[in-house]
Amino acid sequence: MSRCRMVFSGSGGQGVITAAIILAEAAVLWEDLVAVQSQSYGPEARGGATRTDVIISESDIHFPKANEPNVLVCLTQEAYNKFYTIIRPGGLLVTDTRYVKTQRKVDARQVELPLFQRVMEEIGKPIVLNICMLGAVVGLTRVVKPESIRKVLKDRVPPEFFDINARALELGVAMGRDAAS
Amino acid sequence: MKKNVRFVQGNEACVEGALYAGLDFFAGYPITPSTEIAEHLAYRLPQKGGKFIQMEDEIASMCAIVGASLTGHKVMTATSGPGFSLMQEALGYAVMAEIPCVVVDVQRGGPSTGLPTSVSQGDVNQARWGTHGDHAVIAMTASNHQDVFLMTVEAFNLAETYRTPVILLFDEVVGHMRERLVIPEEGEIPLVERLRTSVPEGVDYHPYLPREDGRLPMSDFGGGHRYNVTGLFHDMWGFPSTNPGVVKGLLRHLLDKLNNNTNRIARYKEYFVNDAQVLLISYGASARSALHVVRNRRPRGERVGLLELQTLWPFPVDVVRDLAKAPEVVLVVEMNMGQVLQAVKLAVDDPEKVFLANRFDGSLITPTDIRNILRVIQGKGI
Repeated sequence: MSRCRMVFSGSGGQGVITAAIILAEAAVLWEDLVAVQSQSYGPEARGGATRTDVIISESDIHFPKANEPNVLVCLTQEAYNKFYTIIRPGGLLVTDTRYVKTQRKVDARQVELPLFQRVMEEIGKPIVLNICMLGAVVGLTRVVKPESIRKVLKDRVPPEFFDINARALELGVAMGRDAAS
Repeated sequence: MKKNVRFVQGNEACVEGALYAGLDFFAGYPITPSTEIAEHLAYRLPQKGGKFIQMEDEIASMCAIVGASLTGHKVMTATSGPGFSLMQEALGYAVMAEIPCVVVDVQRGGPSTGLPTSVSQGDVNQARWGTHGDHAVIAMTASNHQDVFLMTVEAFNLAETYRTPVILLFDEVVGHMRERLVIPEEGEIPLVERLRTSVPEGVDYHPYLPREDGRLPMSDFGGGHRYNVTGLFHDMWGFPSTNPGVVKGLLRHLLDKLNNNTNRIARYKEYFVNDAQVLLISYGASARSALHVVRNRRPRGERVGLLELQTLWPFPVDVVRDLAKAPEVVLVVEMNMGQVLQAVKLAVDDPEKVFLANRFDGSLITPTDIRNILRVIQGKGI
C-alpha cells in the first residue's frame, strides 16, 4: 500500500473530523498500519470550512499534515471552493451532489455521489452522513477494510446508534465500490 | 487488536505517561491547546484514587501543586503560554524550596494571548528564564506520542531525583494530533520514588541538609516532622537567612545540582549524524519536519543528519558541540525567532556555520521550508 494522504472537509457539525478519527483509528488498531490525524482548531472548526487531515501508511509518518492530499472529500460548497485546488494531480476528489456544485476542472478524478440523498432515502437520519461518506471513501480507495471501521464504530458509537451507523457505512461502501468499478 | 495500543492525541499521551509515573494530584485551569490534559485527568485521576482540582487560575494551580508535592504527592499542572506566565512566581518558589513538580506548557503563539489554536515554540526561553533570579531548571520536549509518554515519565523521575520543577514544553501540533501510542507494561520504565528521610519522628530533621551524594531527603509536610519552608534564602533548617555564606552556598547548590549533571539529564536522538555534512538540530513538532527531510534526502545521496533534542534545559552543550564539529552546516529548525539557535551558537566551536530555519506564523514548518532555506545557505538558490 502506498502512502494515502487524505483531507476531509465540510462544515462544523457534519462530523468530518469524527469520520477522520474513526478511519485513522481503524487503520492503527485493526490493520496494524501507521496513521496520523490532525485538524484545524479555532473559529473555522465551528461552522465555516472545517478541515481534517489523515495520513495512512505502512511506514513511519513524520510530517503530519496532508498538504497535497491524494484523496479530498468536500461536503459543502464553501469547503469545495476553499480546498479543491490543494489536491495532488491525479488524485481523487469526492463531493456530495446535494451540497456541492463542482465548477472548475482539476487534474483529479472527480466522483460526485448523492450521499445525502441516499442517506435520507434509506436511513432517514442526516447525522450518519459522515459515516456514509467514510464508507464511500473506503469503497473507492480500499485503504482499510469496512470491517475495521465497523469495529471502531462498535467501540465509539453509543449502542442505540450503532445500527444506523453500520447501515450508513454499508451504504457508503456500496456507493464507493460502484463508483470505482 | 494488539494489547496496550491506543490511538490518541499527544495531550492524552502526556496524561498516560503521568499516570504511569504515579501522578496522584493535578491542579489546573484549562487553556487551549493544553485543555485535553485537564479534561482526561479529571476523568482518570479519581478512578485511581488521585485528586483533580480545577482551580480559579494558573497562579493558584501552581501553588496548589507545590503544596501537594510537599505533603508527599507526585504532582503536575498543565497550561499554555499565558498561563505559564502566571505560574512563574510559584515556579521560582518551587526552585528555591526544592519541591519536585511537573509543569506542562503546550505551546501556542505568543506573546500575550497570541494565537490560541496555532503552533509555536516561543516559550523555550521562558522555560529557562521566566522566573526571576539566578536559577537552573529542567525543560524537556518530544516530537511523537511515544516520546511524549516517555518524557513525561522522565520528567517525574528527574523532578524526584533532583528535587526540582521540570517543565514539559510540548506544542499545539504534538498536543492535538492523533497517532499510535503503545502503553508500556508496568515496570518496563523504571520509576523514581520520593526520597524520604530516615530520621525518626520526634528527632530533629534538617530539610535542607544534603546527604553525602548531595541529595536532600524529604519529609511529608504535616507528617512526622515540623520544619519551615520559605522562598527566602534559608539555612539547613529551612529558616530565612541573609548570611552571605548561606546565600552563596544555597545558590551554588541550586545551580550545581542540575548544571553538573547536564550530561546525565540530556535526552536526545540521533539520525544519520555520523557522516552528516549538514546537521539539522531540532525538537518537538519541528523535528518531525526535519526528520522528514533527512529520510527523504538520504536516499538521494545528500549527507544530511538530525540531532533531535529532548532535553532543552540544561542545554546539552557537550552533545551539541561534539556533533556539530564535523558538519559544514548546522541548521537549527524551530518555530520561533531563534531561541535554541542562540544556545547552539554558544555551544559550538564555530558559530558562523550555524543557521536558522524557522517559521513563526502559526503554521507548522514544512519539509519544503527547511529544504528551501538549506538550498539558499548552500548557494543553490530555491
